[in-house]
Amino acid sequence: MTPSALPLGDPAPADGLLPAQAADGAADRKFGLYVHIPFCSVRCGYCDFNTYTATELGGGASQAAYGGTAEQEVRFAARALKASGLPDRKMGTVFFGGGTPTLLPAEDLAGILKTAVDMWGLEPGAEVTTEANPDSVTPASLQLLADAGFTRVSFGMQSAVPHVLAVLDRTHTPSRVPEAVKWARDAGLKVSVDLIYGTPGESLADWEISVKEALSYEPDHISAYALIIEDGTKLAARMRRGEVPPIDDDDHADKYLLADELMTAAGLSWYEVSNWARTPADQCRHNLAYWRSDDWWGIGPGAHSHAGGVRWWNAKHPTAYAQRLAAGESPAVGRETLDAETRYVEDVMLRTRLAEGLELSRLKDSGRLAVAGLMADGLVDPHAALAGRVLLTSKGRLLADAVVRRLLPD
Amino acid sequence: MSPMARFSPVPAATDPAIIRNFCIIAHIDHGKSTLADRMLQSTGVVEHRNMKAQYLDRMDIERERGITIKSQAVRMPWELDGESYALNMIDTPGHVDFTYEVSRSLAACEGAVLLVDAAQGIEAQTLANLYLAMENDLTIIPVLNKIDLPAAQPEKYAEELAKLIGGDPEDVLRVSGKTGVGVEDLLDQIVREIPAPVGDPNAPARAMIFDSVYDTYRGVVTYVRVVDGKLSPRERIQMMSTRASHELLEIGVSSPEPTPSKGLGVGEVGYLITGVKDVRLSKVGDTVTNLAKPASESLPGYADPKPMVFSGLYPIDGADYPVLRDALEKLMLNDAALVYEPETSAALGFGFRVGFLGLLHLEITRERLEREYNLDLISTAPNVEYEVTLEDKKVVTVTNPSEYPEGKIKEVREPMVSATILAPNEFVGAIMELCQARRGVLGGMDYLSEDRVEIRYRLPLAEIVFDFFDILKSKTRGYASLDWKADGEQVADLVKVDILLQGEQVDAFSSITHKDKAYSYGVMMTGKLRELIPRQQFEVPIQAAIGSRIIARESIRAIRKDVLAKCYGGDISRKRKLLEKQKEGKKRMKMVGRVEVPQEAFVAALSSDESKDKAKK
Repeated sequence: MTPSALPLGDPAPADGLLPAQAADGAADRKFGLYVHIPFCSVRCGYCDFNTYTATELGGGASQAAYGGTAEQEVRFAARALKASGLPDRKMGTVFFGGGTPTLLPAEDLAGILKTAVDMWGLEPGAEVTTEANPDSVTPASLQLLADAGFTRVSFGMQSAVPHVLAVLDRTHTPSRVPEAVKWARDAGLKVSVDLIYGTPGESLADWEISVKEALSYEPDHISAYALIIEDGTKLAARMRRGEVPPIDDDDHADKYLLADELMTAAGLSWYEVSNWARTPADQCRHNLAYWRSDDWWGIGPGAHSHAGGVRWWNAKHPTAYAQRLAAGESPAVGRETLDAETRYVEDVMLRTRLAEGLELSRLKDSGRLAVAGLMADGLVDPHAALAGRVLLTSKGRLLADAVVRRLLPD
Repeated sequence: MSPMARFSPVPAATDPAIIRNFCIIAHIDHGKSTLADRMLQSTGVVEHRNMKAQYLDRMDIERERGITIKSQAVRMPWELDGESYALNMIDTPGHVDFTYEVSRSLAACEGAVLLVDAAQGIEAQTLANLYLAMENDLTIIPVLNKIDLPAAQPEKYAEELAKLIGGDPEDVLRVSGKTGVGVEDLLDQIVREIPAPVGDPNAPARAMIFDSVYDTYRGVVTYVRVVDGKLSPRERIQMMSTRASHELLEIGVSSPEPTPSKGLGVGEVGYLITGVKDVRLSKVGDTVTNLAKPASESLPGYADPKPMVFSGLYPIDGADYPVLRDALEKLMLNDAALVYEPETSAALGFGFRVGFLGLLHLEITRERLEREYNLDLISTAPNVEYEVTLEDKKVVTVTNPSEYPEGKIKEVREPMVSATILAPNEFVGAIMELCQARRGVLGGMDYLSEDRVEIRYRLPLAEIVFDFFDILKSKTRGYASLDWKADGEQVADLVKVDILLQGEQVDAFSSITHKDKAYSYGVMMTGKLRELIPRQQFEVPIQAAIGSRIIARESIRAIRKDVLAKCYGGDISRKRKLLEKQKEGKKRMKMVGRVEVPQEAFVAALSSDESKDKAKK
């Protein structure tokens, strides 16, 4: 998934070569691959991701041509990393997101994966995930993915309640989800389901139904995200016109706490603010890589990449993206090279969200001084703090951004 | 109809007998500036192509608001029955805040054109200025303007005017500044009716200052009316109130551009330039004389401007404090009525307590500071000057609630005004209700015409400085007009209400109010702040208190969610930038104890918009 607006940054060179900083210590960092599939059959009312519903975008950006274009970038990436002096590393995680990756034929997804494996290879036990819409999978397509090396599928369930799904413009029927989960299991894939809470019109009881329904599938992993109303979306416009009620943060808080309670009771544990897993082995390692500032290359229009404190992002529109690659140029349109201070800020901002916590030793004095106050306010777990880590309480998770600001007072 | 004058009488050599000094008394919007512009055209001093709308209103704000803040004088030639005359039109400010300046302008004239909108009738401030003019024995020429408007009711208002000044409705002139109809008749009438000035040409020079304006290039330009003797270039003059002497670098008349002359004689109106840079050295109402041959007695009526309303002005960005200081210094050069001193607020930081003549003066000053000096300002709720006597007889003057003494208080005195309100009689009930609620005492009521009344109230100044006029306007659908003047003081049952955020007093929100209104102030302010202050990580009680007694309480519930659910596909840069923005936002917060209060909350809590909205409902 990629956001609608790209950040401001420095220009990115056409040869894709990275600054020297990217290679520093790279051998000790994990490497992963993100593949963005910018297509959906319908644009959901809340969605501001970089995705397109037309099957025929011009300039070599059609859905049919997309697999080949993505493979071009995979090969470009391998060359650029090598030429920038980064060591050969196998992929620890691969994640296909969208959009709706499963809108492409499973063969295309398998093809992109194969090219990436040809370039870098997979670590033993590597995690290979694709997001999927319950509507756009079949037992056969899931089997094909599993055979191609995928290990995990993440279903966009969002809700089990029809009127909530309707506000979100989700087209699947609720009963389709357990079916899809079963097919994935049968194919040998691990299963995660994504939920969204706080949709306008969703009651606390509606949400409870959704969480319990999701838990009844006994997934290995659940993500539960609060609905964010992004500018420019259909839902934002409806809200502005007063057609749907505004977002209520207290409602979000109640729903978050309810979800956490139900999932904990069902044997899942949170490992990141919005993510729960059945066992540590079920945690999404690709997701963790973002919060731990590992290295990854993001393939696809609008995709973001990171290596050793260098962040860059690709052209957003599939046509512009495809044309750059066709010309043998990097599809990146901007990048930032982070200085030590900025990397520190990111480190605190990202690691604080994890259940493994932020080591106190990573904090500057100003940040360490703030910890006592955070404990006093019930936002940080005192036992973990004594053991040398900043670990958010459930109240602290709901106020994680405020905690981060207090840890970064300067 | 008279032709344009074939020759213009020469300044310094003009026989007082052919001089006519007059001003125009009019309400804002009644078309004074348009009429003045038309006179400039009719007399030929401004050619049509050089005309910009409202030639005489120099400041942008004046032109935008359609009002005159600073008065000026223009000399125009006019011919009647074969004789050339010099007409001096002295433009007067049109607002109650500037009554003193108006009175000085009137004192410089022998006559006044009473200009009234033929669709609206006379307004309270116009009436007040008319009374002022009549007290000064000025000849009044009643004129109805805008007779071209479809809504004009000249018969009705001619009768009203005739009744007011005692005359025949038939004698009320009817003009349209817009089309020019009747303007030449009016000029003729001015020559015929207004007496020529009288003075002793051989006596020591005496000239009254009726305006004083700072000009970036020329320094202070002083406008005078010569009463006795003569002023000439290069001689040394003396200001009789301060005994300060200056050399007359330039003397002349405005027609309407400044035109140097060989001097100014008896009855003449013109300007002086001495090179001084501060209008305080050239005070309105003061008498100018010749240093070598000084007059023994100054002209009557001089008074120092007295600030009536005080407000704290603070830059929203503390770093702008020096800019604000310099800006006030510069404004002061051009505004002798402006007084200020540095002040510190725990909540708002460094700023100034500024004294104003009234609310419009405050608004204009604030607007000029923001516009001309690019400042973003918070102004605290305006308050008046209280005199607090303690049990031990010590007297404290309070211009800021934070100066209100803590000890045992014997009595508090507050300034009073006598207010005149003119309105259609259907609104009498609403007006009386409002004035009563504002602790007013009815002084009397008169019918100006069949359906228009003049209502007189004595009111505490504090009750009219904040939102009174706005509410009056909305309760009378815009028809009421208000004038007021200082009218002594009274002992009142006043208390100071403090506002506390999480137990910490916020000085900017303290208010001195009547005991009976303390509760409603407390409820209003705590309620407002509950809406304006964002939720914090802890519950924030907001209390209103008199001393240690709590009179109202609200609380802001603790925020429960402040976390972005996800980062989008590894777009960490976006999340970091959001964090940076939040941290930047935090810097613009004022800390009250642990509570982060956005600047906007101060601005909104201290503005009267809410009361306006309420009144409109």
